Amino acid sequence: MITGANGIGKSSLLRLLAGFLKPFLGQIERLGRLAFADEALALDRHMSLQQALAYWAALDGFSGAEKDAMRIMALDKLAESPVRLLSTGQRKRAVLARLLASRAAIWLLDEPANGLDKASIMALLRMIEKHRDKGGVVLAVSHQGLDMADYATLSLEDFRSKNNHQSVFFDFDDESAAF
Amino acid sequence: MIRLANPHYFLSLSRKLTPWLAIAGILFSLSGILGGLFLTPPDYLQGETVRILYIHVPTAWLAMGGWSSIALASLVQFIWRHPLAGIAAKAMALPGALFTGLCLLTGSIWGRPTWGTWWEWDGRLTSVLVLFFLYLGYIALSRSVSNYSTTSRLPALYALLGAINLPIIHYSVLWWRTLHQGQSINLTHSSIDPSLLWPLPLTLIGFSCLFAVITLFRMRYLLAHAQYEARLRRMAAL
Amino acid sequence: MIGAAVFLPILFFLLVAVLFPFAVGSDRMILSRTGSGVLWVAALLASLLPIDRLVTPDIENGFFDHYAARNISEEWIAVARIIAHWLSFAVPLMVALLPASMLLSLDWSVFWKSEAGFLLATPGLAALGVMIAALTARVKAGSALTALLLLPLAVPLLIFGCGAVDGHQPGAFLLLAASSLFLLAVAPFVIGAALRVGQEG
Repeated sequence: MITGANGIGKSSLLRLLAGFLKPFLGQIERLGRLAFADEALALDRHMSLQQALAYWAALDGFSGAEKDAMRIMALDKLAESPVRLLSTGQRKRAVLARLLASRAAIWLLDEPANGLDKASIMALLRMIEKHRDKGGVVLAVSHQGLDMADYATLSLEDFRSKNNHQSVFFDFDDESAAF
Repeated sequence: MIRLANPHYFLSLSRKLTPWLAIAGILFSLSGILGGLFLTPPDYLQGETVRILYIHVPTAWLAMGGWSSIALASLVQFIWRHPLAGIAAKAMALPGALFTGLCLLTGSIWGRPTWGTWWEWDGRLTSVLVLFFLYLGYIALSRSVSNYSTTSRLPALYALLGAINLPIIHYSVLWWRTLHQGQSINLTHSSIDPSLLWPLPLTLIGFSCLFAVITLFRMRYLLAHAQYEARLRRMAAL
Repeated sequence: MIGAAVFLPILFFLLVAVLFPFAVGSDRMILSRTGSGVLWVAALLASLLPIDRLVTPDIENGFFDHYAARNISEEWIAVARIIAHWLSFAVPLMVALLPASMLLSLDWSVFWKSEAGFLLATPGLAALGVMIAALTARVKAGSALTALLLLPLAVPLLIFGCGAVDGHQPGAFLLLAASSLFLLAVAPFVIGAALRVGQEG
């Protein structure tokens, strides 16, 4: 669990770990299949929920895995509804269902609890616990922090104050430059 | 390379270089233009109008050379992620477009007495016109991209795409219509009399120096702007 | 890319074929002499219309992030996207060429030559469209910028395409095919690079 205020770089850190951003220094090694869930839906608005999730499950090589995942996220009644008609909370659950169906070892979660009601948050916590017990890795970033006392938590605010932030390659921040 | 990436080093170098380049540019351009206007004999075919050549040819050379330099700098930025190369490429777009516009203008003025019309759909002039639009597209793209990132490599991609397409565009336009007099200067021999030719290298060097001066000024502006953006971003992050 | 949105560029294309006679008069001689060129320009302009929808919505929706997390290379996505764009834009356009040619009283021989020219030019045009779409995907660009970026690069397609229909110039079909093939060949790499570079923010 990684916490910190808005704009401090939590999502950037997650994107760095996912391999979307290249680090200026150092290397990032990925030791397993990776799946992530963030604010973006990435499901075809015109497909039914089942079809849209099946697309990603098929890409991951686990056709049919979406059915179990939808049951766990309590989405099985919505299987035939088109994605564009889902509510915010239902969309969030659909994104988490895709994460489950991917059967990846590493989970990267960006604000996973946003938009979820109490019952769904409980389901999410159970899902995370189960994944951890199976030996999976979960990395979540959140501005508020989930109610999870027994998880390792790192606050980026502490980290940042200790390591004075600097652009490494190109010193745009240098106030003494004369033009 | 790494040393040049340090903006302190680059800025102190460019501050020293700019006045010398400006003086050299003005001196060479003036002597070339004055020599071309008063000291060379008129051409036996085109008479006095040929004197516009001393401006037209250097601008055409800088129009082409400008895009090649942008493409080269973009390649450096693209492969080695050298941010200063990206800023150099962006900075060269303005003088490049300026000299391309001057090339079109002088070509059009030259065309009036020679062809009897301000605009002739001749192969070379038309492909310079397309190049002019490529410059404008590149400038527009790098401006809108810099709204979200000062070091983005997207404009570099467009510069490279344009560079590999330029020969095709050029030959398609030539194939479409060739009315222009054949290429009169090449590296091995020249069909222009040497007594006419001597001011040309002077304006060529002079205009190139002026191109470099504008580029250095633009780079300093873009660096200052990038620093300003970085400060705004830092303040927003606090 | 569902439903009516696919047909809007095609309707635009047909609308130009309707407007042109209003502007120059209904003289069949003038129309049949200039008509094929007008249709080429109309096709180029129509190709600008779908560009906003080719890449941007999928980036905003996060599709490309999920492809990247699955190690699916951007180049292959680009190939798929070009084929999809060609099917949804160029094929209806080539169908619409028939009524458009009739509106401008083109000869049958000119119609078939234009059809062959469209068949050769549209893969390159589709590749160019997706390239510009990928380059401007994260920029609030507007259609003026996409036009400014795309049209200069489409000049060879226009020149060789119209040259092929004229029939005065030998080898125009080959040159048209070559320049279209060239755009197709570079497109996956440009699009792949643009998508990755864009992700850096």
